[in-house]
Amino acid sequence: MDSAIQIYVNGQARAWRSGTTVADLLHDLDIKAERVAVELNLEILDRATLDQRLLNDGDRLEILGFIGGGSL
Amino acid sequence: MADDRLIIAGQEFKSRLWVGTGKYKDFVETQKAIELSGADVVTVAVRRVNITDRSKENLLDYIDPKKYTILPNTAGCYTVEDALRYSRLARAAGVSDLVKLEVLGDERTLFPDTAGLIEAAKILIKEGFIVLPYTNDDPIVAQKLVDVGCPAVMPLAAPIGSGLGIRNPYNLKIIMEMIKVPIIVDAGVGTASDAAFAMELGADAVLMNTAIAGAQDPLAMAEAMKYAVHAGRLAYKAGRIPRKLYATASSPIEGML
Repeated sequence: MDSAIQIYVNGQARAWRSGTTVADLLHDLDIKAERVAVELNLEILDRATLDQRLLNDGDRLEILGFIGGGSL
Repeated sequence: MADDRLIIAGQEFKSRLWVGTGKYKDFVETQKAIELSGADVVTVAVRRVNITDRSKENLLDYIDPKKYTILPNTAGCYTVEDALRYSRLARAAGVSDLVKLEVLGDERTLFPDTAGLIEAAKILIKEGFIVLPYTNDDPIVAQKLVDVGCPAVMPLAAPIGSGLGIRNPYNLKIIMEMIKVPIIVDAGVGTASDAAFAMELGADAVLMNTAIAGAQDPLAMAEAMKYAVHAGRLAYKAGRIPRKLYATASSPIEGML
């Protein structure tokens, strides 16, 4: 069982099992894919392909959604 | 006024008051204020989701995207690259190509970097975005934004969140006369009369956040803004009387003793 990888989710280092897809990770984090944008190593992912994108050691994942805002 | 519709990039809007969703006490207050304002367009920001505490509620649980047009902004972006990145993320997170494009030039004033704004708008429009740019009250820049394909322009009335009201009505008036796309006055409104004034000048809509969310009673102010925008629009369409220095009696002289 050497199957742990380290990834960075929204800047936080997290250990995950290898073989995890982006869709698995969103599910584990209890995040609805239809409400967020996912950026993997600066590439914005197509929602339809999230279950095909495997995470690799050192990947940087950003998960963003809408919050209250006017201008800033 | 039944046929007085606001249409931008083929999309029809019922309300000429657009509102932001920031700075409210909680989502319930946000929801109530927006409902009382009558707005059908709401702006939102794009930020990292909280991955550690998933119990936190989501804005979209309170603001139904089927009922409101969600207009994501690029607030907080100071470079063209950041504005492009946030616009693309907003499109990926949402359902439409609409973006309220902000490229800010300075933290203290939050004034737009208009050169960066035009550059970013050009790129995003090529990618199929419907770009609504937050800009200065500068008619030349407004025209350049239209030239690159913006279907509406959003000039400021005063610095964001300042509540100073319409600081340069003459520039705004020139923009409204010169520019052949809808003009949405964005930022700087402090109270209802400011919103009415913007509409009387000929603005097609007004966008505000702090004036409502920061009021002592946000719900009452939301309603006040709804009436102010409506009254201002009616007055603009009605056509005001010319200003004269001396009095003109409104009662007839005939029949006096």
